[in-house]
Amino acid sequence: MRRLLPHPLLTVSLAILWLLLVNQLSAGHVVLGALLGWLIPFATSPFWPEQIRIRHPLALMHYLGIFVIDIVRGSFLVAWLILRGPARLRPAFVQVPLVLRTDLAISLLANTISLTPGTVSAHLAADKRTLIVHTIDTGDAEALVAEIKQRYEAPLKKIFEEED
Amino acid sequence: MIDILLSLLILTGAIFTFIGSLGLARLRDFYTRLHGPTKATTLGVGCLLIASALFFSVRDEGVSLHEVLVTLFLFITAPVSAHLLAKAALHLKLRSLTPTLKEGDDTPAHL
Amino acid sequence: MLSIVIPIAFALVSLAFLLSFWRLLKGPDAPDRILALDTLYVNTIALLVLLGIHLGSALYFEAALLIAMMGFVGTVALCKYLLRGDIIE
Repeated sequence: MRRLLPHPLLTVSLAILWLLLVNQLSAGHVVLGALLGWLIPFATSPFWPEQIRIRHPLALMHYLGIFVIDIVRGSFLVAWLILRGPARLRPAFVQVPLVLRTDLAISLLANTISLTPGTVSAHLAADKRTLIVHTIDTGDAEALVAEIKQRYEAPLKKIFEEED
Repeated sequence: MIDILLSLLILTGAIFTFIGSLGLARLRDFYTRLHGPTKATTLGVGCLLIASALFFSVRDEGVSLHEVLVTLFLFITAPVSAHLLAKAALHLKLRSLTPTLKEGDDTPAHL
Repeated sequence: MLSIVIPIAFALVSLAFLLSFWRLLKGPDAPDRILALDTLYVNTIALLVLLGIHLGSALYFEAALLIAMMGFVGTVALCKYLLRGDIIE
């Protein structure tokens, strides 16, 4: 099983991507999508050494919900700050100490930070223990770090890294 | 009804796209300029793409979802480009309005 | 309704295009120009999508997808160049 189907999640997403790309749902394309979804992970498996395991699918759904809401919230906030003008911005760099350890979880956290209100992840320290984040307008850097850790990092830890 | 929804989506999308570029032109240092295109423009184009998917689904009386691909792609790549750009700017030690990182911190000199 | 909204949207996106282009010319530093170029790509996608709705043709989608991919690869390559002075190591 493991050798025949190395990455089931990747297979499913590739099949869905194929159906979206051809933009039609016919039996032939479902089969072709499934075939591609099986062949591509099989041929490229040396590049995917890690197994991705989602330990809490429900928590992932909840996280995606928060993520979508925060993208909209973040865009409105940035739009308002741009319209208000550059004079009253209080930009700052803050350092977020990480408890996440896997590459996947860290990259997801960095991407989330970049898309959510007022923050862009700027640099990951070489030892992968701190993330440097630029924020466009903040009064309280410590509260911001606490919010990032509690709102995004804790759920990601639970979804991808928690021991069974 | 669908017309009003479409118009709203198109207008919101265009306004956000415009504001993103306005931020790019108007703000004063590179790091704050980074925020406009990353968030506002991405959401703006996302809105336009959803409007397009809706438009073609209604017109051709079939589901047209391939716009979702571009939307997904943009939402995945925008933060990656932003991260790389910020990293490059830190590497080049660009002037910023922010109190920069203190000495002894993990400054990105040894990338 | 749509026939009023689409020209307005075209005007807004074209203005966005001009603003990004201004930043591309003005700089002042390399990352500013790359960011402006990246924004120009995204603005082009917006224009193409609007054109697709306006002309009622789904063909423009392929162009938008290609520009999205090429734009991302281009931005990453340019950033790599700034970071390392080299693109392929």
